[in-house]
Amino acid sequence: MGNWIINHGLSAFILVVWMGINIFLFVYFYLFYDLGDRFFYTRHLLGSALAWARAPAAVLNFNCLLILLPVCRNLLSLVRGSFMCCGRSMRKQLDKNLTFHKLVAYMIGLMTAVHTIAHLFNVEWYNNSRQGLYDNLSTTLSSLEDDEDEDDDETYLNPIRSRFSVPQTPTYFAFTTIAGLTGVIITLALILIITSSMEVIRRSYFEVFWYTHHLFIIFFAGLVFHGAGRIVRGQVATDPPHNFTVCKDRPLDWGKIPECPLPQFAGGFPQTWMWVIGPMVLYLCERVLRFIRYMQTVRYRKIVIHPSKVLELQLDKAGFKMEVGQYVFLNCPAISQLEWHPFTMTSAPEEDFFSVHIRSVGDWTQKLIDILEQLPEGAQGPKMAVDGPFGTASEDVFDYEVSMLIGCGIGVTPFASILKSIWYKFKQSNPKLHTRKIYFYWLCRETHAFEWFADLLQVLEKEMEERGMADFLTYKLYLTGWDHSHAAHVMVHFDKDTDVVTGLRQKTHYGRPNWDKEFEQVRKENPTSVVGTFLCGPESLAKTLENKCVKFSDVDPRKTKFYFNKENF
Amino acid sequence: MGKIEWAMWANEQALAAGLILLTGGIVGVAGQFRDWEFAAYGVAAGVFICLLEYPRGKRNKGTSVERTGQYCLTVCVKAFGPVTSNYYVRAALHAALCVPGAFILPTVLGCVCLAIASLIYLAAAVRGEHWQPILPKTETRERVGESIKEPPQNPPPRPPAELRRKRPEDLEGAAYVNPISVTANE
Repeated sequence: MGNWIINHGLSAFILVVWMGINIFLFVYFYLFYDLGDRFFYTRHLLGSALAWARAPAAVLNFNCLLILLPVCRNLLSLVRGSFMCCGRSMRKQLDKNLTFHKLVAYMIGLMTAVHTIAHLFNVEWYNNSRQGLYDNLSTTLSSLEDDEDEDDDETYLNPIRSRFSVPQTPTYFAFTTIAGLTGVIITLALILIITSSMEVIRRSYFEVFWYTHHLFIIFFAGLVFHGAGRIVRGQVATDPPHNFTVCKDRPLDWGKIPECPLPQFAGGFPQTWMWVIGPMVLYLCERVLRFIRYMQTVRYRKIVIHPSKVLELQLDKAGFKMEVGQYVFLNCPAISQLEWHPFTMTSAPEEDFFSVHIRSVGDWTQKLIDILEQLPEGAQGPKMAVDGPFGTASEDVFDYEVSMLIGCGIGVTPFASILKSIWYKFKQSNPKLHTRKIYFYWLCRETHAFEWFADLLQVLEKEMEERGMADFLTYKLYLTGWDHSHAAHVMVHFDKDTDVVTGLRQKTHYGRPNWDKEFEQVRKENPTSVVGTFLCGPESLAKTLENKCVKFSDVDPRKTKFYFNKENF
Repeated sequence: MGKIEWAMWANEQALAAGLILLTGGIVGVAGQFRDWEFAAYGVAAGVFICLLEYPRGKRNKGTSVERTGQYCLTVCVKAFGPVTSNYYVRAALHAALCVPGAFILPTVLGCVCLAIASLIYLAAAVRGEHWQPILPKTETRERVGESIKEPPQNPPPRPPAELRRKRPEDLEGAAYVNPISVTANE
């Protein structure tokens, strides 16, 4: 139990606070509309559907405020930077921004459904009241006219004003009021956003997801105007006062007897804009910042095409400062005007350029490789815009005395940056480096696309041996895509010093690692340390490692503790 | 956007539209709204559309992800042959199904969503896509005893490709001497 608290405590706390605020808003506004005296007559026409519509509206206001914030990545980087003093757990929370964005989106979807259904009832009952299908009180309330003597305040209750207009249907009402029309449009936008954000579509056709998601502009525009019609109406004070407790039983006498003058009603002031204007401005700033970054010049230092179609770009941009394991978004107008794609940087901050290694995995990457393959020697590549750098968990890797780094396939890329930086820092005796020992696990199907990484490891291995530091870095390569021919070849060359596949000193393992054994070994070799575990790889492995971290951690502060950090792209 | 299969998004949209139509229909019937017969239609149409759209089709490229428990419905949908696998038919079907939903408010949203799904299916049909069922592959296993009598199908084990290519720094090691001298046939 204690282990769970160490690894998940802050996330759980934030979720509880968020849910708590949602529940509080829902219950508060439900009771406000269900018990408030102002709405006694409104409730007579609408029943509890009034409260059932207004309570989710309040929750929607809150969540629409929240939804824009986790996707302001520059803002998050800023917050992250200013938290440098505040400890690891706080900064780790910011990695989960996309998870939070999705959670808030689910809540918005759910509350929209409740809100819409409640309003369907409301419109139907308003319509029926207007037609005189219910009791005398309802009919009288519905036929209250606009009081011409007052100064432009419309004092009716039932927003369906005329009894005899044709067509008199809820559908007509919905499409001829601001609230109804905006409601339909923004709900439609929301549905399109949700269907194109399903995992299947997002992973396969990112462009559809990205472009459709921009319907949120319509969503927010409609949302701000949704309440402008002020059709949710409550009773206002009149002189002489209209006491509903006395007068509710005598609707036909209203206006004719002194104690029951005609009641007056007014609509609620639209509040949504107050909730969402702040985040909308912040998001606008975020997009402006991305545009400014887009306009800055980026120079190509070196373009290398590695075996297996891996493209290495060494780039240079004025004022660009990076940390280890960070990623940038690249945009190449020659390929696509609007697409920005994230790539982890593979260079260390100590170098005076930044580099990315790009593999061909889709339309955009393939076109980039094609363009650059045909480039003459020494020429500059097509115009490239760079947004970033954006922070990830690997900035924390130097803080841990012992680090376990696990890279799967393409996920090994941030660790190129980390390992290079660690080595530079070690050579410069940088005091920021707390790391005494690194365990690096490289899992991939085959090493084909990663010869460049194997070369890096070879270089590091040689340098460490020269300094007598062979112990500093322990790395294990796991080839998960082995077959019989591999196995036979390895059997034949079993006694050689260096590994037959990579040429490295440490032998290649075949198949997946036994994590229990690995964690046990790390714990045994480092009985009193805090161990940071960093993964860049698939979700299933993240779950496994998280469990192992919890399992092998000790609540006792003197013993080994494992913290799990996950990269996400 | 070259490689997108529009049918995948159309499928998600149509399934969502079916659910919304169903929900709107239930609201209309339960609340005994005016013209509730349209709401009853919404319930029936919504259920039908959900059943039709629940099984995902097979993708042309890449791995297809099934929805949980879709196998039974896959078989049913497959049984209708060209009616369900042709996306022109589906587009027309959804366009026709959505019309009665426009008459009362609770089903209007379902109607519009379904219309949009119909348009996306039309785009998919124009691009030549069609629905193929995802069925488990039946694997044929040869009995080991039989294969031993066959001549070998695969070459003997060789080192992995990286080692097989001749490295420039090790030309001596890469060259080899034939154990039997090679001469022209006498």
